[in-house]
Amino acid sequence: MGGYGDVKLLREDGLRLDGRKVDEMREVEIEAGILPAADGSAWVKHGLNVAVCAVYGPMEAHPRKIQRQDRAVIDVRYNMAPFSTSDRIRPGYNRRSREISKVTAEALESVVLVERFPRSKIRVEIEILAAEAGTRCVGITAAAVALADAGIPMRDLIVGVASGKIEDTVVLDLDKAEDNYGQADLPMGILPTTGEIAFLQMDGDLSFEEYNTCMEYNLKAAREIHVLMIDALKRRYLEKNGGEA
Amino acid sequence: MSGAKEGAELRLVTPGEAIGASSGARAGTGTLIMGDKIIATRVGWAKENNGVTSVDPIHAAYMPRSGDLIIGVVESVRNNLWFADVNGPFNGLLPMSLAPWKVEFGAAREQMDIGDVMLARVQEVDEAHNVVLTMKGVGLRRLKEGVMSEISMNHISRLRGDADSTLRQLKEVSDCRVIVAENGRVWVDGDADGIAFMRTVLDLVRNEGHMATFNASLEALIENRRNA
Repeated sequence: MGGYGDVKLLREDGLRLDGRKVDEMREVEIEAGILPAADGSAWVKHGLNVAVCAVYGPMEAHPRKIQRQDRAVIDVRYNMAPFSTSDRIRPGYNRRSREISKVTAEALESVVLVERFPRSKIRVEIEILAAEAGTRCVGITAAAVALADAGIPMRDLIVGVASGKIEDTVVLDLDKAEDNYGQADLPMGILPTTGEIAFLQMDGDLSFEEYNTCMEYNLKAAREIHVLMIDALKRRYLEKNGGEA
Repeated sequence: MSGAKEGAELRLVTPGEAIGASSGARAGTGTLIMGDKIIATRVGWAKENNGVTSVDPIHAAYMPRSGDLIIGVVESVRNNLWFADVNGPFNGLLPMSLAPWKVEFGAAREQMDIGDVMLARVQEVDEAHNVVLTMKGVGLRRLKEGVMSEISMNHISRLRGDADSTLRQLKEVSDCRVIVAENGRVWVDGDADGIAFMRTVLDLVRNEGHMATFNASLEALIENRRNA
C-alpha cells in the first residue's frame, strides 16, 4: 500500500510515536497582534511549527495589471525561513512556496469580502520560522487571525487542518515522520462556523471510508482551533482593557 | 466607536460569529446576513440600535466618504492636479479647478509640492474608490506650520468626546489650534509647550484609547496641566 513498508509509525499500544492518539491534535497556541508595524498580525505555534503572519492593506493594487475593477486581490507570500528545517532552505521563492502562496490566496479569497475593496490589494505575508509538517495549514490559520486583526471584513475565519493515513490507519494532524513516511495527507481549509471547505489538497491514496474519517477528524480539529483563534483575538483587547467587555 | 462600549449590552465579536436572528432586524455596518442569522464580519463591539444590528470595528482602514474633512499629504504633482495620500487605500485627486489658487498650467508645484500637507474635504468618491478632493471651502488650506500625527480610526471619537467636548477642553488647556480630521490625522499648532502637551495626549490615545480607564487618565492629564 505505498509508503515505506518497514518504517513503524504506530506503537504496539495503538498510539503514535509521539504518544498521541489517532484523533489527537498537536498542541496549538495563537497570539494576535504581535507586530506593531503591520495592520494586523498573528503568531501561531502548532506542535513544533511556528508561523508569523503580517497583513497590510487594503491598499492600491500595484502593478496596475493585477487590479480588478470589481474586487480586491489578495497577495500572499508564503516563505520558509532558511533555518526553519534541519536542512537549510535556500532563501527566496521556489516552486513549492509559489504553489502554497497561490492556494492560500485562493482559500483566503473565499472568506474575505473582496468585493468591498475594488481595485485594491491586501498583502498577506506568511513566514514559517520553524517547520514540522503541515506548515501550509498553520500559515492559513495564522493568515485568518491576522486578517481579522487587521479589521478586514470576512464571512468567517478559516482554519487550516490536515489528516492523513499511516500504516493503513487514518490519523489527525501528521507530524514530520508521519508526513514523510505515511501513505496519504489531506490538508484542508475549513470555515468552522458553516463547515464549508475553502481549500483541499490530497497527497496519496485514500478510500472513500478513509476520506470520510479524515473529514470527520479535520472538522473536529477545526472547531478546536477555531476556539483558540477567537480567544486570541478577544484576549488582545479584553486583557488590555482590564478584562471588561 | 470605542467610546460607546460603556453600555452594558456590548460584546466583543469575531468574524463569522452569529450576533442575532435576521428576522426583524436589519444588518448594519460590519455585519452580513447569512441564512437566518446576522453574522459579524469584523472584530469589534456588537450593538443594536433601533432594530439595526451592527459591529463597531476595533481596527479598520479609513474609507473616504464624501464630505469628510481630511488631512492629506501631497504624493505627486502633475501639470494641473495633485495626488494626495489620505491615509486610505487610494490616493485622493485634487484637480486645479477645486484648488483655491489660480495657477497656470504646469505651475502646480509652485503652490503645493510633494510632501506638503493640506486640509481638504472629500468632494466625491465613486464606486471604484476614486477619491476627488476639494480645497474650496471655509478654512481649507495648505498647512504650512504645526505638526501632524496619526491616531487609529476608532480612537477619533474618544479624542473628540461627546459633541467635541474633550477636544474643546484640550484646545483650551494646551492653547493650541487642533484639527482632528476624519482620516485619523491630527494637526496641532501652537507654542512648543502646548504641542508637547498634545503629544502626550495623543500618545495616551494611541496606547490606552481602547481602555475603559481612558477618560479618567485623560482627565488627570488635563487637570495636571491646568494646575501647572
